[in-house]
Amino acid sequence: MDEASAPDAPLLSLRGLEKSFPGVRALRAVDFEVRAGEIMALVGENGAGKSTLMKILNGVDRPDAGSLRWRGREGFPASPAEAQAAGISMIHQELALVPDLDVGRNLFLGREPRWGPGLVDRRRLYREAQEELDQLGLAVDARATVRDYPLAQQQMIEVAKALSLRARLLVMDEPTSSLTGREVEVLFERMRSLRSRGIALVFISHRMEEIFAIADRITIMRDGAVVSVDPAANLDADEVIRRMVGREVGDPGEGGGSPAVAADAEPLLEVEGLGRGRAFRDISFRLQPGEILGVSGLVGAGRTELAEALFGVRPAEVGRLRVQGREQRIRHPGDALRAGIALVPEDRKGQGLFLGMSVAANTVMAVLSRFLAAGLFLRHGRLRRVAEQFVERLRVRTPSVRQEVRNLSGGNQQKVVIAKWLALEPKVLILDEPTRGIDVGAKAEIYRLMRSLAAEGMGILMISSELPEILGVSTRILVLHEGRLAGSFLPAETDSDELMRAATGTRAVAAGEGAAG
Amino acid sequence: MSGPDRKGADPPAAATAAEGRIRLLRLLRQGIVFLILLALVGLFASQSDRFLDARNLSNILEQNAALVVVAVAVALTMITGGIDLSVGSVAAFAGALSAGLVVQLGWPPGLALPAALAVAAGMGAVNGVLVVRGGLPPFVATLAMLGIARGLTLLYTGGRPIGIARVEAYTFLGRGEVVLPGLGVAVATPVLIAALVVLLASLLLRYSRVGLQAYALGGSEETARLAGVPVQRIKVLAYASSGFLAGVAGLLLTARLYSAQPQVAVGLELEAIAAAVLGGVSLFGGIGTAWSAALGGLLIGVLGNGMNLLQIASYQQQMIQGAVLVAAVALDQLLRRQRSRVGS
Repeated sequence: MDEASAPDAPLLSLRGLEKSFPGVRALRAVDFEVRAGEIMALVGENGAGKSTLMKILNGVDRPDAGSLRWRGREGFPASPAEAQAAGISMIHQELALVPDLDVGRNLFLGREPRWGPGLVDRRRLYREAQEELDQLGLAVDARATVRDYPLAQQQMIEVAKALSLRARLLVMDEPTSSLTGREVEVLFERMRSLRSRGIALVFISHRMEEIFAIADRITIMRDGAVVSVDPAANLDADEVIRRMVGREVGDPGEGGGSPAVAADAEPLLEVEGLGRGRAFRDISFRLQPGEILGVSGLVGAGRTELAEALFGVRPAEVGRLRVQGREQRIRHPGDALRAGIALVPEDRKGQGLFLGMSVAANTVMAVLSRFLAAGLFLRHGRLRRVAEQFVERLRVRTPSVRQEVRNLSGGNQQKVVIAKWLALEPKVLILDEPTRGIDVGAKAEIYRLMRSLAAEGMGILMISSELPEILGVSTRILVLHEGRLAGSFLPAETDSDELMRAATGTRAVAAGEGAAG
Repeated sequence: MSGPDRKGADPPAAATAAEGRIRLLRLLRQGIVFLILLALVGLFASQSDRFLDARNLSNILEQNAALVVVAVAVALTMITGGIDLSVGSVAAFAGALSAGLVVQLGWPPGLALPAALAVAAGMGAVNGVLVVRGGLPPFVATLAMLGIARGLTLLYTGGRPIGIARVEAYTFLGRGEVVLPGLGVAVATPVLIAALVVLLASLLLRYSRVGLQAYALGGSEETARLAGVPVQRIKVLAYASSGFLAGVAGLLLTARLYSAQPQVAVGLELEAIAAAVLGGVSLFGGIGTAWSAALGGLLIGVLGNGMNLLQIASYQQQMIQGAVLVAAVALDQLLRRQRSRVGS
């Protein structure tokens, strides 16, 4: 732990990191460094490898290859606790405080000052906690309950906790995502004062204006590799976006294509002024038969929330919705299913599948009433045959429909979720991140399936964070930015740069003209 | 495992072989309790020549009929991802109420017994509504019912037993025999009733829509809700059925003891949960069958009977019971890990 190093030598330096997960190369030859007293922004699309990199730094994951040098010492932390002890602290998007404990106890959770074996020195605990809070200039009482403070204050309590751990490097993962403009200002002031105390900060964010307001240098990642590291002063927002997105054309290829059905057909789904709280507002669009409407945007832009509202998981509060011209009120999934809307959720395992049940049971769960005999028992033979038909049609690779879904690969699990809804013959199929965690071959099959369903006259709404997928599969593209419609594009007339600018709110695009087809 | 093709089977041989393996593993998982039961029977038979005696065997069945019924009841709620701690108290209340209606109000048993069962089912339904509408954790809702039903029993009986020894139509349930038509075999009434309960519950769980939906709900409540499964209705149904079966057990106990005892079936819920767990029913929901829970109940009965015959003192008996529970569940876990390795 020799502190004596050259003034400009990096506090942290990672070299040649490699990390693979089944089917994905998450990191390739990644170099990353941070100096003391510097704010380093880390940017990249969803899935570019930022999270994996930070998990390695924090001791959650181990890389397959590479080295880490931290304050002159080599070696990866084996656990978050070890990283913390070494002075690396992480502040997650979701707060890691115990909301019902008081602030002081949260600050010293697991390392309370003692005055005897097993006895907590409460006086010292609250005194030291208060000192940490005061040092940050926070108007927070160490004895008050965490839950009683607004989110921004809670975020700062986390910062205080990290500093009380003698952190020399603070990683902040989208710390501003739930803050208001004023709160962001306060946070930035604190970050600057930490910087002047020689603390290194890694700032992960999607918001260009914030990055340029606070960062000294910017590391840009794409597809698991570092694209560039430059002083912020040498870059502008357009250039950052261009590097994030890259130039290569996506593999879903084949070009957007046009809807299989004439645009003047009666729309399947019409949405007008849909909104719920701060999640999303003023959403209007139409979905024609045969269309694959891509919904793009950053994490937190309100895409999943919109899908959940259309399917009634968490209903919209305002706005109107028509299915084939008929006004519908969607208050719960049952309403949506009756109206002919189905959702393949993002959380496949938690919301889409019964992992411990057979492929057959998963496939028919939404249409059990079709197999009823005597109003009570199920015709198991027929049920199996129908499931087998779907397995064949969607090319689900499974030894038998009796196989438990748990034992299938991600791509085949996704096909089972889709089969469950196809059995219901919906008019509108919403897919939320349909290819997440799926290998390349299965991805292509899912794309083909979506196209053939659209060709049969179904309307498809596809939410995706992958721009190549959005550009390659959609017949039309909506972009959401902070809960609002930021634009509507045709894939043939746009590119990833434009979509990313709309998604980051860098350039104002005429919004609300979603119906343009 | 590459057995001859069944007639009319068109899937390729590889698929049938895989199916055979899947089925075998599933059977093995559920059958672990059966294997342990056989092992225990072998052990006791070799240690005591009275164990395999026909009288002793039928005794085991008769004594544990109520436990088997309650084990099935608890399994139903456990499969949906819940638990029912109130079964012992509800059994006691159903017994007391039925006896009171017959003896004190002079109702015919043909009316009093169904009435008591309806009340028991109603108490179960209250549990269900508290869980579904009140948002109470099942553990808490049914723990409250455990106290309330026991209190009602004590209040209703004034703390004294209600004798029904002279009501033959009632005692027949616990002490009578039924000759099975066609077979000419006499079966003790409580054993017959327990067997019917197990059969019916197994059929419903395996072949009915609500059965499949109950497993789905226990496996992933969120997925079930999103798939349009009427989650709330099925939960209430599960708790009501559990209450009903607890009532059945209460009547069996009352008939067997010739009286409704206010302190009968204290702690029965824990034995029933142990039985269900022995039978491979998961405390986290979605896994288990009625018949294997029933076998778990029998296993507890056989263990107790055998240890009595071997003159093991009751203090030690409790310790051995605990050890058997731990061993069985550990074995089950081991097998399950094995299975998931084979599966992938």
